Amino acid sequence: MSLDMFIQQFFNAITLGSLYGLIAIGYTMVYGILRLINFAHGDILMLGAYFVFFGTTTFCLPWGLAVVVAILAASATGILIDRIAYRPLREAPRISALISAIAVSFFIESLSVVLFTGLPRPVYQPEWLTTAFQIGSIRLLPLTLLVPAISFVLVMLLLWMVYHTKPGLAMRAISKDIETTRLLGVRVDRIIALTFGIGSALAAASGIMWALRYPQINPYMGIFPGFKAFIAAVLGGIGSIQGAMLGGLILGMLEIMAVAFLPSLSGFRDAFAFIVLLLVLFYKPTGIFGEHTEEKI
Amino acid sequence: MNSVIRNRLLNVLLIAVLGLFLYWAEHNLDGYKIQILNLIAVNAILALSLNLIYGFTGMFSLGHAGFMAIGAYVSALCVLSPDQKEMMWILEEVVWPVSVIHTPFWFSVLAGGILAALFGLIIALPVLRLGGDYLGIATLGFAEIIRVLIVNATPITNGSLGIKGIPMHSTLLVNYAWLLVTLYCLIRLLNSNVGNVFKAIRDDEIAARVMGVNVFGYKVLSFCIGAFFAGIGGALMGNLLTTIDPKMFTFLLTFNVLMIVVAGGLGSITGSLLSSAIITVLLESLRAVEDPFSLAGFDVPGIPGMRMVVFSLVLLCIILYRREGLMGMREITWNALFRFIDRRKHA
Repeated sequence: MSLDMFIQQFFNAITLGSLYGLIAIGYTMVYGILRLINFAHGDILMLGAYFVFFGTTTFCLPWGLAVVVAILAASATGILIDRIAYRPLREAPRISALISAIAVSFFIESLSVVLFTGLPRPVYQPEWLTTAFQIGSIRLLPLTLLVPAISFVLVMLLLWMVYHTKPGLAMRAISKDIETTRLLGVRVDRIIALTFGIGSALAAASGIMWALRYPQINPYMGIFPGFKAFIAAVLGGIGSIQGAMLGGLILGMLEIMAVAFLPSLSGFRDAFAFIVLLLVLFYKPTGIFGEHTEEKI
Repeated sequence: MNSVIRNRLLNVLLIAVLGLFLYWAEHNLDGYKIQILNLIAVNAILALSLNLIYGFTGMFSLGHAGFMAIGAYVSALCVLSPDQKEMMWILEEVVWPVSVIHTPFWFSVLAGGILAALFGLIIALPVLRLGGDYLGIATLGFAEIIRVLIVNATPITNGSLGIKGIPMHSTLLVNYAWLLVTLYCLIRLLNSNVGNVFKAIRDDEIAARVMGVNVFGYKVLSFCIGAFFAGIGGALMGNLLTTIDPKMFTFLLTFNVLMIVVAGGLGSITGSLLSSAIITVLLESLRAVEDPFSLAGFDVPGIPGMRMVVFSLVLLCIILYRREGLMGMREITWNALFRFIDRRKHA
């Protein structure tokens, strides 16, 4: 492989990886607080992409406004899901909430098939994002640079929020001990709703960017990015925001580079992530940044 | 009369009545109804196998579709004649051992189960160290890896084209015979000491370990037995549908089985049986929603995909409002039935 090709693939990998990372943050935040794998997270991503689609076509909004509306709507959906399907199960065994999450995920997917039809839809792409430019002999899309940049900014904002604001402090407290935090007068349910809102907004943002990069959307588009992002979150150490981003980047790099260097493996592409997951769980279940907790009686 | 003998006699009687009913159904009902009856049996086998893993041993496994895929493929490859295979594999030649195998049906089903159990063993060794939801995700990942392997192992599995024209051997009697075998094995297993250990691990793993139970070993055992019966269920299902392809064995299939188990009650055998019957019939009757129909003079257009909407809602409502499902951990037994009748008499 030539150096140019390598650089090209490198940028592809960074783009894909930062998308995985953004989605993974939603998983890692919810898991850090509730110990729940939010299966519906990938579907929020899909909804975000669809909201933009309908915003620009049915409601004739300008693209930028449609993006903002879509992110807000997706965020509200995330909060609604928590209110209806997860909050009543806070005291229940953890697996019950997980089954509830699986049911919600299937509900959103099948409802989307009914409402939006299962046909893939083409997505509008603003021209300034998709006209390629040339640096030396490397052709790049503005999108390829913009996606990692936006992701970086969002992660920095989030880190600032979690470590330097009151709600962020409450989030960290809940993730340590939900009952004590409640006793200290924190409105736990509101903070959890906030967490779902932020996670869903990030998922919607990455869904919109995903749709720009792979410009076709369908009701099942969220499943695989969702699984892989979860794996990225586990790889980085679940509960850690930096870890989620790093895990996403590693996973994106592995997927793109493995296929680039060994094209004969391209059929197995979707299995890579799961193999990575099994290796991580086997050798270091707490991931790169995870904290080790011993089960107590 | 001694209640043990009485119960045994009643069991024999029940099986005889079931046999007569099936014999009558085979000759008098139309093909669609027979197909539904068949599906009930297959779903019951699948639900029982998942219930053993999750409901009785407490391991949240989402890998059922993978075991079913292995069972279905192994059985189909065994039961197809070499000529058929040569005709069907158009992308790549069939490789040697697969190209000449031709076995009777019962053996192919058994082989499907055994291979699924072997895969279960391979999977169990790394993933059963994990607990709770991590185990769920890891087994889900394994099911997905199995599917990707099937798509890519074209010389063995015919890749994404799938296998068509599997000779249909599974009549009503055959399917229900397999169900009875499954039931017998699981009931004997769960009433034995091993079954008690499974339940102890489910209720409190740490306590079980402290009592000196080899927790990991028993978990592997339960997982492999579950995988074995899932493979058998998959083999029977492949035979019933006569076509299989890798797209069939996605997470949706696991979801269906999980729904039956949760609806019936985790840790209840009779619950799983009942809910297999109810949910299979419901799933089929809901096909009506997807066809156009008229309601009070209005023509309602059919809504494709509505079935899954209703079903995910049903599962959501069960988990939110009646988490123990239909039966909880209770069973319907002859003794309970007689106590119930007695109480009625005296009341």
